Amino acid sequence: MIRRAAFGGVLLALVAVGPAVPVSGAKQTPPATYSDAGIEAQLVRIYAEIEKNRLDAALNLVESLLHQYPNFRLGHLIKGDLLLARARPISTFGNAANAPQDRVADLREEAVARLKAQRQKPAANAVPRYLLQMQPDQKHAVVVDTQKARLYLYENDGGHPRFVADYYISHGKLGAEKMREGDKKTPVGVYHVTTSLPRQKLTDFYGSGAFPINYPNEWDKRQGRNGHGIWLHGTPSDTFSRPPKASDGCVVLANSDLDALAKNLQPGVTPVIISNDIEWLSLDDWQKERAALNQTIDMWRADWESRDTDRFLRHYSKKFQAGKQGFDEFARQKQQVNAGKEWIKVKTGNLSMFRNPGKDELVVVTFEQDYRSNNLSNQMKKRQYWIREDGAWKIIYEGAA
Amino acid sequence: MPLSLPKHLRNSRLPAYLTALVIGFAAPLAHANDLADIQKLIKAGQYSQALDKTDAYIASKPRDAQGRFMKGLILTEMNRPMDAIAVFTKLTEDYPELPEPYNNLAVLYAQQKQYDKARTALEMAIRTHPAYAIAYENLGDVYAKLASQAYDKALQIDSSNATAQGKLSLIRDLISTSARPGSKPVAVSSKPAEPAKAAEPAKEPVKVAAAPPSEPVKPAATVTPVAPPAAMPAKPIDKAAEAEKPAAKPAADTAAVDGEISGTLQAWASAWSRKDVKAYLAFYAPDFQTPNGMPRKAWETERQQRIDKPGKISVSVSDIKVSANGDKATVKFRQDYKSASLNSSAGKTLVMIRIGGKWLIQQERVG
Repeated sequence: MIRRAAFGGVLLALVAVGPAVPVSGAKQTPPATYSDAGIEAQLVRIYAEIEKNRLDAALNLVESLLHQYPNFRLGHLIKGDLLLARARPISTFGNAANAPQDRVADLREEAVARLKAQRQKPAANAVPRYLLQMQPDQKHAVVVDTQKARLYLYENDGGHPRFVADYYISHGKLGAEKMREGDKKTPVGVYHVTTSLPRQKLTDFYGSGAFPINYPNEWDKRQGRNGHGIWLHGTPSDTFSRPPKASDGCVVLANSDLDALAKNLQPGVTPVIISNDIEWLSLDDWQKERAALNQTIDMWRADWESRDTDRFLRHYSKKFQAGKQGFDEFARQKQQVNAGKEWIKVKTGNLSMFRNPGKDELVVVTFEQDYRSNNLSNQMKKRQYWIREDGAWKIIYEGAA
Repeated sequence: MPLSLPKHLRNSRLPAYLTALVIGFAAPLAHANDLADIQKLIKAGQYSQALDKTDAYIASKPRDAQGRFMKGLILTEMNRPMDAIAVFTKLTEDYPELPEPYNNLAVLYAQQKQYDKARTALEMAIRTHPAYAIAYENLGDVYAKLASQAYDKALQIDSSNATAQGKLSLIRDLISTSARPGSKPVAVSSKPAEPAKAAEPAKEPVKVAAAPPSEPVKPAATVTPVAPPAAMPAKPIDKAAEAEKPAAKPAADTAAVDGEISGTLQAWASAWSRKDVKAYLAFYAPDFQTPNGMPRKAWETERQQRIDKPGKISVSVSDIKVSANGDKATVKFRQDYKSASLNSSAGKTLVMIRIGGKWLIQQERVG
């Protein structure tokens, strides 16, 4: 029947997906467990039935999906379309009479996001470029892709990020790259979970729990970004999930997904890297970038030990800024300090390197610094922002972490 | 592409039609008289007397489906839906092959807003009678209602106010074997009454075997105003315009067409009776509107299975009334169907089209 075919076309038009994530030569390792595969896999099956014009089978699948997730609004919308298609020809996605068009559009976006996530899984040998090096005590790392409405959980497997699970997420109503308080955007950058707020301390709006992150971080402040209260959190009880763009800037997960994720989050430790659109690297390229940076950091350490101030300072950008101190003042101070040194020993440990998403080539390096010299010893946790200037990595910020 | 159900049969008001039980249970005359009396009481709105009489009737004939069916209707009229549901439910258990109790059960469930149950009942009605147009129409409405509920959940809206609950249409002159919903006259507004009437498909006064086709029709006085739109109101009006001067000549043409169509119908019934599926299917136009818009192939397969099942089938047609306009005709007739499992006598309407000198069926529905 033309009627049915047209309906299938309408729904399928949603999921005209582009090419897969561009990493070639993907070796097919056994599929990782996608803990959220439930919904997406079922949606894909439902759309496959629609494509084959088996609307009855599609309806059965939707009904079983709704049995599992009674508050899954997108499921109800598809069910409505499938039922209405039996009563009369339908011409679009979400045919409810008097439907608020913005809500239909929201659900359409959710459908697209979920189906794309299932059809365009990252290649097995691809890693997010940002996870250059995790600290040994960071058991997991979280990477968010706002455009894909997806959160990826990675495990620290001897310094190598190993994919664990991915989840559908919602982000800011007005998108990403937060700048100002109240701009309804989600920040883009390298953050970490600061604390854990249990359900009992929250209203129903935040669902099964919340994990604040440290926005604005040092770099945000330097860029003049403000605002506060950016959390990862759950979903109110009246809905299974929210549209891709729904929050005031928070990253929102379904409660069941948040619960699964929460088991792997260490307050104060677990990195949360939020990007607009994740860059994926093959393991080879990732390894190269990681090695080059490690080498540069070690050179900085060795040059510090050399007490040759000029050699040491060449690792710093002319735009270096730490607190109120700019490069010139910093250089003068280092020269004075080094004059009194007979020897310096610097060790770095528990070092992490996370590339900042975005146009600027920026890497956030955090480590435990063990500094010893003839007249001073000090241990501290340090954070540096390294920026690529004229083909070389330079420190543009450093301070206590 | 529109759904298979003809537009004029589709109704935006949700009405699900309670259907008359026209299955021929050859009841002795005395019983037939009892039923006629009960029907008169129903028409007069004297439901409790009708109920008493029906109960007495059922007491004497406990297995009689007609009586129990009527009791269900009376209880529905008396606004005792739970009791009516119980009666119809029992009927579906005792006579699972009858579509009407399922249909009426569905109407009652729909009134209770129990659309899932209504859907199940209607799907059963259609399973027993795949060509049961009223059940399809009701099912379409129930699907739309279910869709609306799903949308409400999806979009967090309350559409129950937006789309006012349509009042269900009850057909009151039920048990007579003449009137089916589709054959009811409808007031055609803004057109001169006379030509419109003259051109309307002939209405059969009860028990009249064959009214002369050209004779103006008097709608039965008892017809209720809640009837669904009559079949093809547009066509008769068109025809009314051209029939301003009812002349003898068109009548002669009409007679010829009537003859052709009657012959076609008899041949169609004969092919069906002798289970010649190929010949039977050849009576359907290429653009035949299959029930519920099912694919033509699926419909043909289903018909094949239905017709080709074991046991004798006998189909006969009578009371043929043709309303033709050029190469298109609306044909009403009575279809008597007998098989091992079912005897039925139902009003049917076909929309036929003349292609290459042959009349082919474009639409087929009960009523």
